[in-house]
Parts: sequence; C-alpha cells; structure tokens
Amino acid sequence: MTSTLELKEDKMLKVQFVGDDDVLNHILDREGGPKIKKDRAQLLVNTQKIIKKPENELEEDDQEVLKDQNYVEVLGQDVQESLKNGSATDGGNKVYPFQNRKHPEKMAKLASELAKTPGKSVSLNKNDPEITIDIPQCSKGHSASDKSQLKNNDKSEFLSTAPRGLRKRLIVPRSHSDSESEYSASNSEDDEGVAQEYEEDTNEDILSQKIQAQNRVVSAPVCRGTPSKKMKRKKTSHLVEEYFEAHSSSKVLTSDRTLQKLKRAKLDQQTLHNLLSKVSPSFSAELKQLNQQHEQLFHKWMLQLHLGFNIVLYGLGSKRNLLERFRTTMLQDCIHIVINGFFPGISVKSILNSVTEVLDHMGTFRSVLDQLEWITNKFKEDSSLELFLLIHNLDSQMLRGDKSQQIIGQLSSLRNIYLIASIDHLNAPLMWDHAKQSLYNWLWYETTTYSHYTEETSYENSLLVKQSGSLPLSSLIHVLRSLTPNASTSFHKDLRKQHMQIGSPHQMGIFRLLIKYQLDNQDNPSYTGLCFQDFYQQCREAFLVNSDLTLRAQLTEFRDHKLIRTKKGTDGVEYLLIPVDNGILTDFLEKEEEEL
Amino acid sequence: RYTSTGCFVFKPNFKKRKISVPIEDYFSKGKNASEDSKLRFETYQLIWQQMKSETERLQEELNKNLFDSLIEFLQTSHSGLWKNSEDWSGEIKLREIPTAALILGVNVTDHDLTLRSLTEVLQNNVTPYVVSLQAKDCPDMKHFLQKLLVSQLMDCKVDVQSKEKESVQVIQKNVHYSMDSLSAWYMNFHVLFDPKMRLKRQISQFLIRMIKQNEIQHLHEFPLILIFGIATSPVVIHRLLPHAVSSLLCIELFQSLSCKEHLTTVLDKLLLTTQFPFKLSEKVLQILTNIFLYHDFSIQNFIKGLQLSLLEHFYSQPLSVLCCNLPEAKRRTHFLSKYIFSISCKREETQSLLENLHVYHTNYFLVLRCLHQFTSFLPKYPLGRQIRELYCMCLEKNIWDSEEYASVLQLLRLLAKDELMAMLQNCFKVFQSSSAKELGNTAKKIEEFLAQFQSLDETKEEEDTSQSQSKGLQKTDLYHLQKSLLEMKELRSTSKRQTKFEVLREQVVSFVDSLVREYLLPPDTQPLHETLYFSSAHTLRQHLNAAPRIALHTALNNPYYYLKNEALRSEEGCIPNVAPDICIAYKLHLECSRLINLVDWSEAFATVVTAAEKMDANSVTSEERNEVIHARFIRAVSELELLGFIKPTKQKTDHVARLTWGGC
Repeated sequence: MTSTLELKEDKMLKVQFVGDDDVLNHILDREGGPKIKKDRAQLLVNTQKIIKKPENELEEDDQEVLKDQNYVEVLGQDVQESLKNGSATDGGNKVYPFQNRKHPEKMAKLASELAKTPGKSVSLNKNDPEITIDIPQCSKGHSASDKSQLKNNDKSEFLSTAPRGLRKRLIVPRSHSDSESEYSASNSEDDEGVAQEYEEDTNEDILSQKIQAQNRVVSAPVCRGTPSKKMKRKKTSHLVEEYFEAHSSSKVLTSDRTLQKLKRAKLDQQTLHNLLSKVSPSFSAELKQLNQQHEQLFHKWMLQLHLGFNIVLYGLGSKRNLLERFRTTMLQDCIHIVINGFFPGISVKSILNSVTEVLDHMGTFRSVLDQLEWITNKFKEDSSLELFLLIHNLDSQMLRGDKSQQIIGQLSSLRNIYLIASIDHLNAPLMWDHAKQSLYNWLWYETTTYSHYTEETSYENSLLVKQSGSLPLSSLIHVLRSLTPNASTSFHKDLRKQHMQIGSPHQMGIFRLLIKYQLDNQDNPSYTGLCFQDFYQQCREAFLVNSDLTLRAQLTEFRDHKLIRTKKGTDGVEYLLIPVDNGILTDFLEKEEEEL
Repeated sequence: RYTSTGCFVFKPNFKKRKISVPIEDYFSKGKNASEDSKLRFETYQLIWQQMKSETERLQEELNKNLFDSLIEFLQTSHSGLWKNSEDWSGEIKLREIPTAALILGVNVTDHDLTLRSLTEVLQNNVTPYVVSLQAKDCPDMKHFLQKLLVSQLMDCKVDVQSKEKESVQVIQKNVHYSMDSLSAWYMNFHVLFDPKMRLKRQISQFLIRMIKQNEIQHLHEFPLILIFGIATSPVVIHRLLPHAVSSLLCIELFQSLSCKEHLTTVLDKLLLTTQFPFKLSEKVLQILTNIFLYHDFSIQNFIKGLQLSLLEHFYSQPLSVLCCNLPEAKRRTHFLSKYIFSISCKREETQSLLENLHVYHTNYFLVLRCLHQFTSFLPKYPLGRQIRELYCMCLEKNIWDSEEYASVLQLLRLLAKDELMAMLQNCFKVFQSSSAKELGNTAKKIEEFLAQFQSLDETKEEEDTSQSQSKGLQKTDLYHLQKSLLEMKELRSTSKRQTKFEVLREQVVSFVDSLVREYLLPPDTQPLHETLYFSSAHTLRQHLNAAPRIALHTALNNPYYYLKNEALRSEEGCIPNVAPDICIAYKLHLECSRLINLVDWSEAFATVVTAAEKMDANSVTSEERNEVIHARFIRAVSELELLGFIKPTKQKTDHVARLTWGGC
C-alpha cells in the first residue's frame, strides 16, 4: 500500500527553513493528485535513501486513520463509469471556489460572447450598443480556458472602484507588478497601459470593454508560456488576496439601474404564466428520454422502500411530476400522503395531523411530541399498517428547521412508514447530521429532469416581490381587490374591469387618504406615519367612517393583509404607515384616477 | 392555482384494504426481470437475515464485557450506602449520586442500538425501573418529567393510571410537587440515562431541584443512579453541569469498545469467511470502509452499505442465483435457464466449477490470515496493519507483484528467531482450526519448521555471532534495519557462509511466498466469481455517498452531460446559447460579485436568448417577444433562488445577493 508508506515517510522529521511560498507550493503539490506523490514514494527496500529518523517514532495508531490520498483516489476512481452522477467535473474546488472580485460589466460581455458562441452567422446586436463593442475575435477561441486565469491575473483592474479617475492610477501598478513577476511582461503591455490612459478621457464605456479585451489577448499567451507549477503558485497567492479583497469593502460595484424604469417589470403571476405558456419547450425528446430513465426505477424504489430504506431525489429540475407519476403508477392501492413542502403554510404539525387523520384519530394532542409518540405506538402495534409519505421539497423554508427534520426523521424511521422525498436546495444535505441521517436511512437517487419549478416558485413571486421587500403594484391591487366581497367573480376578467371594482368605496377612500398623506410627506425624512387620531379626523371629514370603531375594524383588515403597518411613537400614539414604495403608490393613484 | 393546504391524504376507496403486493413482485418487475428472480429474492432475504442476526450476535458479544462491569457497578453502588453510614467517608458518599459515565465514542449513530440493548440488559438483570431518556424526547422540563413518570408507570404500576394523569397535570403546574410524588412513589432503584449530553439544561435543573429538596434522607428513599452516555470525554459533564451539581455526582468511567475493532470483527465474521457466500469486490469494500473511516465511524451505516450491496447484487446480476451455500448452488444448476450458460458449458462442469470456487475461498481465507500473521508485526506495516487492508490489496491484483510485498519478504528475511517462531505458531493455530483437506500438509510443514527451529537451540553455540546479531535487530527501527540490511549484504558478498538459522529462515520465507502465490490469486481469475462478488462500486457510492452539489453544478454548466443533443455540445467552461434558460442565467450570474443588478442581468440574458432565437423564429413581434423573454428570465431567476444560488437583498434596489463564491 503505497500511500501508507508515503504517509510514514512524510512523518519523518526534517527541520529546515521553509518560506511561505514553498509552503503553498507544497500544499498544492499534495493537492495535485496521486501522480506527483507517487514519484516521491520511497520504498523500504530502497536502502540508498536512508533518511535520519527521530528517535521517538510516532504512535502507529493514528497512522492508519488518515490516508487522504487513498480516499480521494478511491472516490475518484470510477469517474469514467459514472454516467449519471454528474461527477464529470474534477474535484470540488472547481465547483464552488472562493469569491473574488468581478468587474461589473463582465456579465454583459459574457452575454454578448455567449450570443456568438454557436458561430453561425452572428451579426452585431443593434439593440444594445453598449454591449456589442468589437471584441477581438481571438478572445473567443480560448475564452473558456483562460477565463479563470484572467480573473486572477488582472485583479488590480477590479480594484477600480466607482470613480473613474482612480482607474488611471490603478492600471499603472498592475502592469508594473506584472513585469516584476516571474513571467515576462511584454513591452507592449506597458504601451497599452499608456494607451488606455489616453483613451480613458475619450470614452469611458468603451474603454472598460477594451481593457478587458486587451487584457484577455495579452494574458492568454503569457499564461500558456509559463510552467504550470508557477502558474499554480501565482494562482493561489492571488486566490488568497482576492478572497480578502472581495470581503474587505462593503462597497459593491454594480450599476444603479432599476427595474422600475422598465415597464416590463410589472408582471403578476397570471400574466407570467400566460407568457411562459407561449414558449415552446426545447429538447423535449431528450427530456423525455431522461424522464423515462427515471421512471424505470419505480419498481426498484418500491422494493427498496419496503426493505427499510427511504429514498431522496436530488438534481436539477422539478421532481414534482416525476413523483406524481410514481404516485399514480405505484401507489394507487396504498394509503399515502402527499406533502407539498414548498407550500408556505406547511408545518410539521400539519404533516402529523394528516398522519393521524389517516389513522382515524379524532381529538387533539397537547404537543407535537405527544402526537409523534402516539403515531409511533400506533404503527408499532399494528404491523399491517402501511403508509407512504411523499414529500416534495423536504428542504423548503418551512421544513428545514432542526426540529422539523428531527420529527420527520423519526417518522421515517418507523418500519412501516415509507418516505420518498425530493430536495432542491444547494445546501440541503447540511440539514442532516449523522444522527438524522441514520434516522432517515437514505438512499440517494439523482434525478435531473430540467423541468421548470413552476409550482414550487409560484408561491414566492420572487422577482416581483423581492426588490424592496414591499408589495408591488399588482399585488397591491390584488390584495385590495380581495377585500371586497365580489372580488372572486371578477377574477378572470381583464385588468381594466378589475380596477373598476377595487375595494368598496369606503375602504378605497380610507386607503387613498392614507396614501395621499404619505405621498405629501415623502420628502420629510423624519416622517413616521399618520397618527391615528388625525387620520380618524380626516376620515370623518370625508364622511368615510362614523365612529372610531369602524375605522379600527377597517385598519385591522388592512393590517392583516400587510397593507399598513402600525407603530407606537415615542409619545405613545399609534402611527400608520404603508410599507410600499412611494413610486408604486404614485402609480397606483394614477391608475386609480384613470379608471375613475 | 393556489392550494390551501400542503398535505393531501389519499386513501384507497375500498373499505377493506387489498392485501398489499408482495415485495418480490417489485423485485421481479424491475429492469432485469427473469424467471428465477423470485428465487433470487428469496435467497437475498435468507442471506440478509443470516447476516443481520450474525451482526446482532456480534454486537451483543462485544458489548458483554462493558455491560457486565456496568451491572456490577450498579449493584454495588447503593449497597455500600447503608453499611457504614456512621463512617465519615460514608457520609460523603451519601450525599453523592452514583453516576456511571459511559464513553461511547463519536459514532453517534450506533449509540441508539447500544443503549437500547443496555436498557434491556439492565431491565433483565438489575431492576425493572429503568428509564432511557434521549435528548430528542425531552425538549423541555415538562416532557422530561412526563417521560420519567409515564414510562415508569406504564411498565410497573398499571393500576395507578388515573393517578398518573393527575400527576402529569400537576407537573405542568408545579415541578416541585411532582418531585415529591416521585420520591414518594418509588422506593426502588432507579436508573436514568441520557445519551449525547444534550439534555444539559433539563438534567441540571432536575438534579438541582432534587438535591435542594431532598437532602440526605431522600437518597435512602429514592436511590437513584445516573448513567450518562458521552461521545467524547468525561470533561463534558463538568462543562455542562454547574459545579454545584457535578460535585454531587460520584462519577465512574466506563469505556465502550472502539468502533474500529468492532468493524474488524464484523468484517472478519461476515466477509472473511465461507459461511456467507456473498463477497465484495475490492472497490466496493474500499468505498464502504472509507465511508466508515472518513464520514461517520458508524457500524450501522456499514451494515446498511452491506445490505444495499447484497440487494444490488441479487437485483442486477442474474447469475447471483448461484450465490448460496454449495450444495444448494449445485442443486440450482438445474433451474438455470439456458441463456445464462452457453452451450459449451454443461451442468456437471458448472458444478465442479462451483466446487472449485468454494475450495478456493476456503484456502484463500486461511492463507490470508496466515499472511496477515506475518505482515501485521512488521515495522511500518508495508501491507497494512488491519487484515482488511491486506484483503483489499489481495483482491485488487496479484499481491506478489507489488513492491510492498517484496519489501515484506525482505523484512521477513531479517526476523529474529523467536519472532519468526511466534508467527509460525500463530499460523499453525490458524491452519489447525480449519479442516481444509488441501492445506492439511501445510500445517504439518509448519510444525516441521517449528521443530527444526527448536532443534537449532541445541546447536546454537556454533553460530552465536549471527544469531545475536539478528536478535539485536528485533527492537530497532526502520533506519537501523535497512542499514543492517546493507551491511549484511556486504557481509554476504565477502563471506558467503550462511548459518543454519539463516538457511531455515530462507526456507520459511519461500514457503510463505509459495503459499501466497498458490492461493491468494485475485478472485477475478476464478471462473464463476461473478456469481458471488458484487463489483458495482459506482452504484453503491451513488446511493450512499451522493454529491448533490456536483450534480447541480454539472447540470447547470454542462447540460450536454444530461441532454444528449448535439446543439448543446460545447467545449469546457462554455455553454451554447440554446441551453436551457436556467443554465444561461446561471452562467451569467457567475460573472458577478456579491450583488447582482437585476436589470443588467436581464439585459444580458435577453441578449443571449435573442441571439439564440434569431436563428429559428423571426415571426413574432419584437415587443411580445421581449415580454416573453423577460418572463423566461423571471422564471430562471426564481428557480435559481429556489436552488439557493441567490437571495433577495435590501442593500440596493433591484439587486439580488449571490450565495456562492466564484465562477468557473
């Protein structure tokens, strides 16, 4: 066993001064894979190379345990045979390395590059002049392989923070430091630096593109010429520096454009759905084939579930349809519960409740633990009971908590409860420690489907809600509409008509008053909201309410729908605030007036 | 579109449930269905049951020592109380609660089983009043006491059920009172345990309350013994419990068996034996031991892996129908369908091959153990210290071709006489214990060697020099060993004369070598080995030690890996613009730092997608198309959010934060 030997060799003490760089180098070598190590391997029989050993030999006990190299080798061994595990990539460091600083325009550039990649008759994109600046053709060829190096090499460029003037100063040290470094920096690069400075005054936008393009051209041959070892060394030291760089300042360089200016941003769930239904699905043949592969496993899953394992599905794409097909083909004659983990109102309690519902239990339990114990006993008593649990998104917001996982785990560890679940989140496996994993007794199955997470994402409205954490216009209308009794009838009619029916006049009036007051005060930085008494006064004057109780009832309803927020001021008075962007409120009022 | 609940219960319509489908149907309906699948499944179940009961038996056996000493401790700890209570030291002891700290090791997953069997043993041997408390059962004081009371009453006093309910209610109101009731009700012996030390708050509360309240006299009425299960070191107790409490505990330590030893025993009894026909190939064994050594130290998991390999073997390998004991396998050659065996292979031939395979294994394990006797004492363990390492190496290839083996032989040639004799003795025992016919004369041969060494003693005066030299070697390290090897080489070249001992030693070494070369052939050289050996290491790793992050990464970066469409083929690091939306959005977001401007992102996305679309469709109006593209972008972004790559942020309007580092 070579690795044992090597390890032991390594343990021999040899005191010697080692510089930081050598240490890094050393670490890299070890990462470098088994080959480099093998060369250094000495065998016992090789008596030529006797190294002086310390008297106190290390205790052998721990020698056995950590044979990292060996481990990595074994795990990496069957890369070729692995057709399905997605392990084509080599090693984890490539997957999610440290963060480093990125240039803000990089994305746009990559986009234009990507737009070109198929190489078939691509003309300049007229829609977006900012992006389609001539990128040297040669950069395209090796862009993929050099990209990572590029990022590391021209990091000083990323230093350039907002003020453009700074860049001038920053570029010079970069080329300077390059010439100091081991690989030769060409003269032309220095010249370019000057050229860049010159150009800068003329056109900033074009410049930034050009710098990148030029750097790409320059850096590529340089990288190739250097021996790989030096490159590596360079790379790590940069990696470290960049990591700290990226984390040192809180300032992030991005453009200030906002979605508000784009009219398209205002999509609600329904229109989104309608729009997406127009998209013709691509690669349907391949997707179908992929799905068929998974479906062939259904019988195996059933078998393994019955033998005491539980099954977890992972991989890109919604696994909802797959599980649904599994349910319809295999579980028709069995008692089963489908749990939509992505549903925002889901909780362990509701899962347990449906289990007790299956067992025909009437009555309530004092706590979740009592309920769990009751279920456990019930299932242990009656071995003929069988229950299938299908959980979509076991890793959802609501279920990922430690306690929830513990309880679901305990459920799944029961012999006659069979659990088949799907996970999607990148870090989902972190939910489970060893104890929980042994409760779950998972068998992992990769089921990459590339299906869209339509149902899963329909609850969070992500892009629409997230920008400011407040309600967007469409939701505002939606919510207000839902307050009226006749709202449901108008649901499927067009938007115009819906607007006519927003709220009962009184409700609407009350709300509009509040909006107006808030907009009047939008320039006042210390505005904390409208005090309740004032508001009541205004409402009375407008004949909207006749008592302070009616107003309060109205406000409660608003508050329940998160349309307003109340805050106690320092003087103990209640202040009312609409937690919505002022811009949206203005839009809302405009629309409102149009309709009326 | 919105559903109002997250859970849907489906109950089959008919009142009387149909008798569930027999499991073997799922087995036979799978991909590799064949006529004998039923037989295969039955064989699987049989072997698995045997293996399972064997592991349970082993577990029991290994825990026996520990449990015995624990029981002894429990029985003596309280009897000492009354004997010398006038004594000063007895007085001290009276104030203390006898406590056993059970160090169980870091393999947390195995603790459950150990503690369960311990509870059983205690209930049978010491007292029926045993409460096992687990951290997961007791999130708060209420549950803690409830569990304590209920589990007591359920077992022992059925008639006080009504009372118990009251008391449980009482507990919620007043813990104080319930403690009184506790001590009033149970004049008996009490044992509690509590693994993993997560109960810290409850336990300390409990102890403090109890001790404050019941001074010395209560300990008579309420003789309590605590057993703590600890994963790491007893220091934890002192860290978790306040000093006031821990000073009242009289702790005695008990150490459970190390999980590595446990693993060795399990391997020894399950795999290195002909008792179970099922075998693992080298890679599979490596993966299982690696998961054990690098991930969890859990025997439970190891057994699970073994179960899965067994299942996979029977499920996917049609020849596995012959994976059973020899007479049965011979009988089964009848059933074998024609297509498994080609025309050239007749039944009798198959039977003799099976027989050969059996003999091969019998010899194999004997010689393996024998070789292990020789190699496990050598300095630096060139062939590994544990027999499993040696086994892995022998499974992989011809062991005698490896450099390590050569160095083993070199080292063996340097052994002193008494060492060599001890090894031979051990080997002799190994061979004696078996009844294999073929190796019968091997035992005899070893005996002869031993006798010859013995006779050397009588004539040793002549060759004092060389012997003392080699004796001096036995305690040295590698450096000296190698040095002396060099010296001896020189010595030999100058004076060719060999002592009698050296000649004999040479004979022993070549004897061992010949044994190894004859019997330790790797299994894949044997005909029909595929009936017994499970070799699909990849499947195993995929299901036990999956890498979901890498799968996601590959799917996003290289869609061609999954969708075999030529349009998706690309060089590494690039994706074509016709790739699925989410891949494009992902690729673009890799170019950003911590924050991503949604507008920029969406524009970049639109650029890529428009370029891709231009090639096939130009009919739709541009405004409508832009809207559709925007919708696609929204979808891709919300999917990335669901996958955990980005999250909304309030740092800047219309920005999202990246949650992963770097780009590729």
